Amino acid sequence: MNPELGQVALILAVVLAALQCVLPIIGAWRGSKPLMATASTLAIGQFVFVALAFGILMWAFWTNDFSVAYVAQNSNLALPWFYKLSAVWGAHEGSLLLWMLILNSWTLALVALGGKLPQAFFSRVIGVLGFVAFGFLLYMITTSNPFLRLLPAPVNGADLNPVLQDPGLVFHPPLLYMGYVGFSVAFAFAIAALLGGELKSTWVRWSRPWTNAAWGFLTVGIVAGSAWAYYELGWGGWWFWDPVENASFMPWLIGAALIHAQAITDKRDGLRAWTLLLSIFAFAFSLLGTFLVRSGLLTSVHAFAFAPSRGIFILVYLAVVVGGSLLLYALRAPKVSGGKTFALASRETMMVIGNLMLTVACAMVLLGTLYPLVGEALNIGRISVGPPYFGPLFLILMTPLVLALPFGPLSRWGKADLKVWRRALIRIVALVVIAGIVAFALGARGWYQLLGVSAATWVMAGVVLFAIKRWREAPRGHKYPFEMLGMMLAHFGIGVFIAGAILTRSMSVEQDVSMRSGGNVAVGSYDFHFNGVTETQGPNYQAQQGTVVITRNGRQVVTLHPQKRTYSGGQVQTEAAIQAGVFRDLYVSLGDPIGDGAWSLRVYNKPFVRWIWGGGVLMMLGGFAVVLDKRFRLKRAVEPETARAEPKPELPRKLAEGEA
Amino acid sequence: MNEVARRPGGRFVPLAIFAALVVFFVIGLVWNQTHDARFVPSPLIDKPAPAFRLPRLENPTQFVTKADMLGKPYLINVFASWCFACGDEHPVLMAYRDKFGIPLIGYDYKDAPQDARAWLQRHGDPYHEVITDQSGDTAINFGVYGAPETYLIDAKGIIRYKHIGPLTPEVIAKDLEPKIHALAQEGT
Repeated sequence: MNPELGQVALILAVVLAALQCVLPIIGAWRGSKPLMATASTLAIGQFVFVALAFGILMWAFWTNDFSVAYVAQNSNLALPWFYKLSAVWGAHEGSLLLWMLILNSWTLALVALGGKLPQAFFSRVIGVLGFVAFGFLLYMITTSNPFLRLLPAPVNGADLNPVLQDPGLVFHPPLLYMGYVGFSVAFAFAIAALLGGELKSTWVRWSRPWTNAAWGFLTVGIVAGSAWAYYELGWGGWWFWDPVENASFMPWLIGAALIHAQAITDKRDGLRAWTLLLSIFAFAFSLLGTFLVRSGLLTSVHAFAFAPSRGIFILVYLAVVVGGSLLLYALRAPKVSGGKTFALASRETMMVIGNLMLTVACAMVLLGTLYPLVGEALNIGRISVGPPYFGPLFLILMTPLVLALPFGPLSRWGKADLKVWRRALIRIVALVVIAGIVAFALGARGWYQLLGVSAATWVMAGVVLFAIKRWREAPRGHKYPFEMLGMMLAHFGIGVFIAGAILTRSMSVEQDVSMRSGGNVAVGSYDFHFNGVTETQGPNYQAQQGTVVITRNGRQVVTLHPQKRTYSGGQVQTEAAIQAGVFRDLYVSLGDPIGDGAWSLRVYNKPFVRWIWGGGVLMMLGGFAVVLDKRFRLKRAVEPETARAEPKPELPRKLAEGEA
Repeated sequence: MNEVARRPGGRFVPLAIFAALVVFFVIGLVWNQTHDARFVPSPLIDKPAPAFRLPRLENPTQFVTKADMLGKPYLINVFASWCFACGDEHPVLMAYRDKFGIPLIGYDYKDAPQDARAWLQRHGDPYHEVITDQSGDTAINFGVYGAPETYLIDAKGIIRYKHIGPLTPEVIAKDLEPKIHALAQEGT
């Protein structure tokens, strides 16, 4: 198919986006039904053209059309087919197109599921999303056209960056973008509420499932990225405080805060202004991440090649979108904010503590990420602060959050109940002590390991106590509504994550060794036996492949084949070989020949490393579970049948909320 | 937190903070286009380099001291496995290590030795020798702000040039190489 068609499709999409931004909002302002009715049509039209452009680019990759410059730079005849398709989002231009496609998909989902929202409100939401799309499409066609021709076309392409040739890349960016872009929906709801001067905070309830879904996607996107770094960067680390990791982590932190703030506003009508602000900031940080990665302001393993005009465009866009939103907030917030207050020892207080810690942690990460820029501004040069800065500060900020976490669900809305707290505290401490003793009996030594076990138990015990409390007290059939189930899954996931992060750090055995064929090294209770290196051939690389047989007490556990690949472009990439397990990973990565037939190898035994991602996956499931809650099913108040069906599920639920 | 919204003016605080951030980014972008990690005067230029005694990365029981290095000029490049700008600089060092004509000493800054070894193993080792400063104490005497930084030290142990931020081919051609040539001529 002709790549110029893709270009035309993008231009048509930008026109539709402009209309989608203007017509429905004017319609809502004037109360004109025909104008408001254009919202859905325009959104669907825009989706069709962006999807068409995306399909055309994918086709160009599939058919090895190297006359398209972007394809020539990021693909190769020998590239396996699945990497050819994922190479579409392997660099700047194509990943922007993916960003757009996902934005349009969210909008389309809103058109499909949000039909029962009040029409004026719905029109404003779609209009705001149209504005977001308009900026990005304009950015694409003016500075980052993926369909530029390269004539005469080269015979073969330059190949996809070997770091990106990993199953992780197939999933990581789309999931991450689902999260980033998903926050645009919460953002659009908040802006629509400000524009329309919504007096009631019902809009927050409409917005909640979208926020939870986006946060779930962002969580699993970050998990996929972390697992990718663990496999592909070959260091056995899982988080590096890289600027781009930080760029995804900041909206995650704000998103986590937003989920809780929305719950307070929805159920207790408190913190309205704060919820508005967080809705704006979650999306602002998504845009900021895009800006930082693509402007060349910061360097990182993920950085895209950049042109100055791109940086300036995104900065202007960021200033207009976020600055405009904050100005709107400043002017309109008094009208829509307000709400109830609450006592000190209430569930709200616990959630506010969590909110504050998450927001401050986000500010801390922002400062550390921008440190090279601060250095420039103060004229002391471009320098980076690494894990020595982030690690300890993050730990300090998260400690109050972890301590407060079990008490949030266990305390009541609105008013103090210190007796409940005292009882829960005694039980949780008892469980922590028991877990500590068990861990000690199983051979855990050292305060760091015991700390890990205690902190994880602290969080999980809170969830378990809450589950028991609900089982005893809540009415049958309403013991664990999806919203609560989501909270329990996510909180339990945090406990699992804490166990993984701390235990991996304190129990890992890492060795750098040099071995000849036939050599042995013991790592903990495992013996690693090196059987030398052979040459093998991949589709688009040559590899030196080591063979390492791992035994334990004389019994063979597994044979691993770490590789050092030289790709057709000449880049060298290590492929660690890993045997994954619930309680430990065995990890071997092949280094360089040191002469005399000896090779340098890195061998690890990493206990509990899977728990880090397991915890993340639980958090994701938590986010998704909340979406299913009945509370969020939209209903049209006027329809008689739904009105009849309503009281039954609603009554006990409200009762349950007051008690829980 | 609702009080923020009730106090007149308080509502504008987020906007003001954001505006400050944007101004900051504009400075960053402008700086990026007009500068190229430029020379920053250091009080230590043309002063003797501080005395140091640091373990070698490959063999931590052996130490390298300032006295060992006297007699010929050399370059010290501060890097760390956690420093992403160092990853940018790395291919430049790989390309130029043999063109400098003087030893290039890697100075592993506030870094775990095994991480540094893995980093060099993964990317390739541009250095003729790597010394480690895990605590960063010696780096304070050198006036290290962060990584990467590069020092040119002459045969008498005097710092002749310092560059903050990644070395680029332009910086090497415009600043560093002329200084190295000048040193070579002084020597003859």
